[in-house]
Amino acid sequence: MTPEELLDAYSEMVLIRRTEKAAHDLFMSGLVKGTTHLAAGHEAVAVGASSALRPDDYVFATYRGHHHAMARGATPEECLAELMSRATGLCQAKGGSMHLTKATNGMLGSYAIVGAHLPMAAGAAWSAKLRGSGQVAVAFFGDGATNIGAFHEALNLAAVWSLPVMFVCENNLYMEYTPIEAVTAVPNPAADRAAGYNMPAEIIDGNDVVVVHETMARAAERARKGEGPTLIEAQTYRHFGHSRADPAKYRPADEVERWMKHDPLDVARARLEALGVPPETIADRDRRAAATVDAAIAAAKNAPEPEPALAFTDVWADGGAAWRT
Amino acid sequence: MADVTKAEKFTYRDAVAEGIAREMRRDPSVVCLGEDIGAAEGVFKTTVGLFKEFGPGRVWDTPISEQAIVGAAMGAAMTGMRPVAEIMFSDFLACCWDYLANEIPKARYMTGGQVTVPLVVRTANGGGLGFGAQHSQAVENWAFTVPGLKIVAPSTPADVVGLMSAAIRSDDPVVFFEHKALLAGSGPRPPEGHLIELGQAAVAREGTDVTVVALASTVPLSLKAADQLAGEGISVEVIDLRCLIPLDMRTVLRSLERTSRLVVVEENPYQGGWGGTVVSVVADEGFELLDAPIKRVAGANVPLPFADSLEAEVIPTVDKVTEAIRRLSAY
Ligand SMILES: Cc1ncc(C[n+]2csc(CCOP(=O)(O)OP(=O)(O)O)c2C)c(N)n1
Ligand SMILES: [Mg+2]
Repeated sequence: MTPEELLDAYSEMVLIRRTEKAAHDLFMSGLVKGTTHLAAGHEAVAVGASSALRPDDYVFATYRGHHHAMARGATPEECLAELMSRATGLCQAKGGSMHLTKATNGMLGSYAIVGAHLPMAAGAAWSAKLRGSGQVAVAFFGDGATNIGAFHEALNLAAVWSLPVMFVCENNLYMEYTPIEAVTAVPNPAADRAAGYNMPAEIIDGNDVVVVHETMARAAERARKGEGPTLIEAQTYRHFGHSRADPAKYRPADEVERWMKHDPLDVARARLEALGVPPETIADRDRRAAATVDAAIAAAKNAPEPEPALAFTDVWADGGAAWRT
Repeated sequence: MADVTKAEKFTYRDAVAEGIAREMRRDPSVVCLGEDIGAAEGVFKTTVGLFKEFGPGRVWDTPISEQAIVGAAMGAAMTGMRPVAEIMFSDFLACCWDYLANEIPKARYMTGGQVTVPLVVRTANGGGLGFGAQHSQAVENWAFTVPGLKIVAPSTPADVVGLMSAAIRSDDPVVFFEHKALLAGSGPRPPEGHLIELGQAAVAREGTDVTVVALASTVPLSLKAADQLAGEGISVEVIDLRCLIPLDMRTVLRSLERTSRLVVVEENPYQGGWGGTVVSVVADEGFELLDAPIKRVAGANVPLPFADSLEAEVIPTVDKVTEAIRRLSAY
């Protein structure tokens, strides 16, 4: 990454962090209903990956997907408005936090059934291959998803069909409240499975945006050359609990402390400083991100609620919901 | 066991754990498995205390592997255990549907009675909490399409306990729907040994003008509607089915002998909802009892939207139920 690219990546990560913090506060104050699964701590995976992709590539994410939507161009305002059930939200308040989608930018959705989207990403890659478009597809998923059948079926299919797809595991050590190691037969839940599907795998520092970017760039190049899928296990950690107001008491204090000291924003900042980017430039990006998110919160708060009739739109491709004569 | 005191709050979610614990105490073949049910005590806190009391030998944390959870429960049930498997949200039943549609309900029948599958699949069902399209569905009608499954969906803490005991003791497979919107509600703790036979509806409120047939979340909803309408001089009888299979049509038909008017309130979609079957039995066997058309208040035929205001548009509400009853009683 050039210093400019890294600075942009850093800015995007700060924007995501601020938005997640806002989502947390708004949930706590009752303005965000239902549930949230915050990605604070995971920013480098999304930003490192998407900065290595073409704008027309495809991305599939999980219910913990705010960072992926934003890394693919969803604005803080669109995201927060969706979380706050506003008509101006990314999905018109019909999806909510778990289903952020920005299809115009190739961000083909956030899925709340664990593992469901891995075969979809394989399918999008198959489509790219059939059309000869040179696009690639990426599925981001958690460590916990590696124990569901869809993960294994998708990996095998992608390997035997040599599909241009990357499977990116965000290994944050936990499923909801149970450590992944307690229920998994191998130490590296994703990477250790790849050999069974004859797929190259890499375990990387998911909190270092440069490492993520470079790994993804290599894997995407392989995929575009027709050399098939890659599995990437990005080690990371969530700063908040699993969802909602989960205080994450099941995580040992020393583990939390160790990971908090390896914050992806700090890692990126250190790299920027090492490249000679002046601290004022970085501070300026911080300020701009804060201002953008503050404005997004205000705009979302002022945005209208959805009209009741919206409940009966878009079941069908004609925009309606008719089911009988 | 806690003493029964007036101050004690016994919630629906407590009742789930209590119902399971009572059976685990009396029958060592009862074992539990599911995601986050052990040390974490369940994401809905419906397995609180089980891991502590019975230990990891009887309360097993699983990977996120719904097929393995239900498939293994089936294998264990075929070989002498009485597994209680948790599928965290009922929406995820789709991930292991082969076992619930093709394997578990057929095993006994297609082996000519050689194999018995005494298991319970428990799951958090239903909407009203703004969890969106993949975490809010009322899917009791999915199970209702499969002959060979018993289906329980209680509305009160005492019923949870009594029906849990019956479900675990049942030699037939049972799908046990715990309604998310009812978990925090409370009621009296039933005495030890409390057992409710599967397939017995309860008359939750007696009335003479209109019969309302309800299940799980729609029971409190219908009771509220009945309260409101009492003020307008309409006397509503509310029947809590408690189980969908066996379906207690006798209680429904008996009620119609007195009221001659029927409203069915179900949270699953109108399209394919269980109310359609209730209504068709009434049409077949109780046509002469009726003095008015039948009304179904059901989930709309759309996926569930996220925003609270939109969700209320598409699931049954007290207003929708009162409106339906008023119309019928004016017919
Ligand atoms: C099929 C299915 N089973 C269970 C769940 C409930 N659930 C939601 S998130 C989650 C933990 C997932 O952990 P992981 O894959 O590590 O992702 P993370 O939340 O850590 O990002 C579980 C069990 C679900 N959504 N889908
Ligand atoms: Mg995880």
